Amino acid sequence: MNFFSSIDSAQVVRLMHPEGITNLSRRRFLSFGAGAVVLGALLPDIPRRAFAAVPNAGPVKPGTRVPAFLLIGKDNSVKLLSPFVEGGQGISTGQAQIVGEELDVNPSRFVVECAPPGPDYAVVGGIRMTGGSFSTRSSYDVLRRMGATARDMFIRAAASRLGVAPASLTTEDGVVIHAASGRRVPYGDIAAEALALEPAENVPLRDPATFRYIRKPMPRLDARDKSTGKAIYAIDQKVDGMLYAAVQHAPHLGTEPENLANEAAVKAMPGVHSVHKLPGAVAVTADSWFRARKAVETLEVRWTQPTPTGFGSVAADYSSGGLLAALKASSGSGISAEQAGDVEAAFASATKVIEAEYDAPYLAHAQLEPPSTIARFNADGTLELWMPNQMPELFQLFASQTAGIPQDRVIIHSPILGGFFGRHFTYGPGNPFPQAILLAKATGKPVKVLWSREEEFKRDALRPLSFSRFSAALDKNGKPVAIKVRTVGEGPLGRYFGEAVAGPADSSAVEGLVEKPYAIPNRSMELVKFPHPVTIAFWRSVGHSMNDYFYEGFFDEMADAGGQDPYALRLELLGDTPRHLNLLRTVGELSGGWKRGPYASADGKRARGVSMASPFGSETATIAEVSLADGQVKVHNLWIAFDPGSIVNPAIVKSQVESAAALGLSATLFEELVYADGVRQSSNFDSYPILARDHMPAVHVEIVESGAPMGGVGEPGLPGIGPAVVNAVAALTGNHVRSLPLAKATFGSR
Amino acid sequence: MAGINVNGRDFEVAAEPDTPLLWVLRDTLGMTGTKYGCGVAMCGACTVLIDGQATRSCQFPLESVGQSRITTIESIEEDEIGRKVVDAWVDIQVPQCGYCQSGQVMAATSLLKQNPHPTDADIADAMTNLCRCGTYNRIADAIRQVAAG
Ligand code: FES
Ligand code: FES
Repeated sequence: MNFFSSIDSAQVVRLMHPEGITNLSRRRFLSFGAGAVVLGALLPDIPRRAFAAVPNAGPVKPGTRVPAFLLIGKDNSVKLLSPFVEGGQGISTGQAQIVGEELDVNPSRFVVECAPPGPDYAVVGGIRMTGGSFSTRSSYDVLRRMGATARDMFIRAAASRLGVAPASLTTEDGVVIHAASGRRVPYGDIAAEALALEPAENVPLRDPATFRYIRKPMPRLDARDKSTGKAIYAIDQKVDGMLYAAVQHAPHLGTEPENLANEAAVKAMPGVHSVHKLPGAVAVTADSWFRARKAVETLEVRWTQPTPTGFGSVAADYSSGGLLAALKASSGSGISAEQAGDVEAAFASATKVIEAEYDAPYLAHAQLEPPSTIARFNADGTLELWMPNQMPELFQLFASQTAGIPQDRVIIHSPILGGFFGRHFTYGPGNPFPQAILLAKATGKPVKVLWSREEEFKRDALRPLSFSRFSAALDKNGKPVAIKVRTVGEGPLGRYFGEAVAGPADSSAVEGLVEKPYAIPNRSMELVKFPHPVTIAFWRSVGHSMNDYFYEGFFDEMADAGGQDPYALRLELLGDTPRHLNLLRTVGELSGGWKRGPYASADGKRARGVSMASPFGSETATIAEVSLADGQVKVHNLWIAFDPGSIVNPAIVKSQVESAAALGLSATLFEELVYADGVRQSSNFDSYPILARDHMPAVHVEIVESGAPMGGVGEPGLPGIGPAVVNAVAALTGNHVRSLPLAKATFGSR
Repeated sequence: MAGINVNGRDFEVAAEPDTPLLWVLRDTLGMTGTKYGCGVAMCGACTVLIDGQATRSCQFPLESVGQSRITTIESIEEDEIGRKVVDAWVDIQVPQCGYCQSGQVMAATSLLKQNPHPTDADIADAMTNLCRCGTYNRIADAIRQVAAG
């Protein structure tokens, strides 16, 4: 038996608050556009501290030291060490296109790997992370320049090798060419000399009109490996002599293992190496994971009594229904998130006032790869970790604290992710790496911890349950002249990074409710802060994932109350914003012309709903077509017009919009993680249904490149789906659904 | 010790009879192409062919394998239909995170071996594996492409 001192999860959370950030201008975090603050704002301080620990790091300007990014083999192979981790969003291919374009190497020959921790990779506004739909737009200029700088180094190295002037040389797919003599020098022949040269400043970039790779629908580099089982994820890693570990988590967050009644019997089970108490969990190590799992699930554990609900502890009587009731009953005063005009006067003189309350549940990420970590202490005193993560330097910092060693003694490997959607940030008790470190320390052997799906459902960090109360004032023509929103709850940005990053009214709690493009002159949006006792998370599209449903759903309530067609009313209120207007018209045409319905079809009545969203610097307009089958909603078509400003790979953009649409629909129709008696009620895909193929509609995507600054791609397709579907259901049934998921309700058509 | 035949090769494995085939493949034989997603036969990430039939290996105990011939994703390109399925997967650019795709390719190969020209209803019946990245429409497109020759 090994006893470990408890990890104070509150302390872990506190660490995630950046120090010294108040000295930095909030404006800088917002530099990617309003509403886009979310993830790009993370941790401007901690990674710098993290980098400072890297030996010989010196002052490094991220994205400038070519050898940190490119490994050119003698066989002319090209490996790109990417600042970002690939998890299905296609970032590896996109990075190869950007670098390959300027380096003049066909991106299809690239091998792309996630780089180790280091100062060179902090290319997202001075920090490093994969998330917030930030990767491409934040690094595009830097990586183009890096590729061009590298090409210039190859040209200069070839010039001295050939004894000619650099200006007399050109390049062609990884080969330097001296046209006058017909001599050709492959990059691989001169890689050592070239990469030793001092990078030049201000190397000219290629004229976008001559792009061969950027903006082309290049196939993903990893499609074949992923179709043949050759792609290696964290769960597939193995190191010599490792033990497999399985865990059983405490049913109530914040409780600890007190007594193991049958420990001796479990220790005697086949293959078992050892039995351990961990903070909030018990673990068994064994010579195979199946044996470890069987043994740990045989353990009869007595847990300490649940403590009263607090930050990081869930009480025995906690329920998600109770939390929602508390959010609704809150009389707390709000912080203004947006204010315009004279709202009270507009309400006082309104012809009609409407009100509605919207809510959305806790959601799990349910990425298909369950989390795992291998931890190994090496003979030289270093700790080596293989684990899924979206922020290598931050994981490195926390791992060093768990292990009690300096940060520069922690080696991080970041394999490709079997889906993430925000799952793999540091979430206190929501990551397996501290367990792997403690077990490796206790056993003196490398240990691979893998969470079963059931244990993952107990500890996944959750999209917060959310609530907003709306009211609107309509004039005598049935047009909205004022809107009020009161949101009660908490967003992940405020929790993990504090007000300096999230703003006084946590942007991750109100995004999607504020900065809407509609010309409603009098507006008041406020946030009442109400912390959740559960581990909350970033979840694909973050605050937009529920707020766009709330706002755009309520928009159709305003339209119906005023006798307006919801599409026509949107067109009218978008009068001043050509970008949005164009997008709304585009989606109308894509769907064959706007028609709300209900209208007859072969399988019964159908109807359509429309929505608009402005997530992560991009814009979307969405139309959904639905019918009813046995009182449940069936979605037939989704039409999405998507404007990310400008793009790198149209094929990947399209597939990301399709994927986000599927996840948005999954959440709209089915997903809900319920707490009852302080315990999560979902343990696997039977008790947490996700979208299966029988509910997958046709998805039609049109990409509009307005030329606006590059926006995000991975998340923005999601938020418009819920409201478009719900608004279609309203058109069909007369029922504006104010609480998700739709599977909770049974519908009849009107 | 139990003898099993995987991808045409015989192996002796030391594991309890109730050990799911999935963990024999992954941890004992080191064939990690077959994935663990749920362990309760709901997601299909662990799909292999047992005597040509798509089977969820997480709920298939070692003791039931007997003389059956097991085919995993590692040898899929050695099968003529399997190779066509993989080519279509690449051509249609099906995978995103890719984690479910070993199982999807195995399920599609099994379907097309038994039914070279499946209807949409046949595809719906056979392809019940989950994909959290929502690649369902491309999966169907790729199967139709193989069926069309
Ligand atoms: S792991 Fe076997 S069906 Fe999910
Ligand atoms: S491609 Fe990610 S789960 Fe299917």
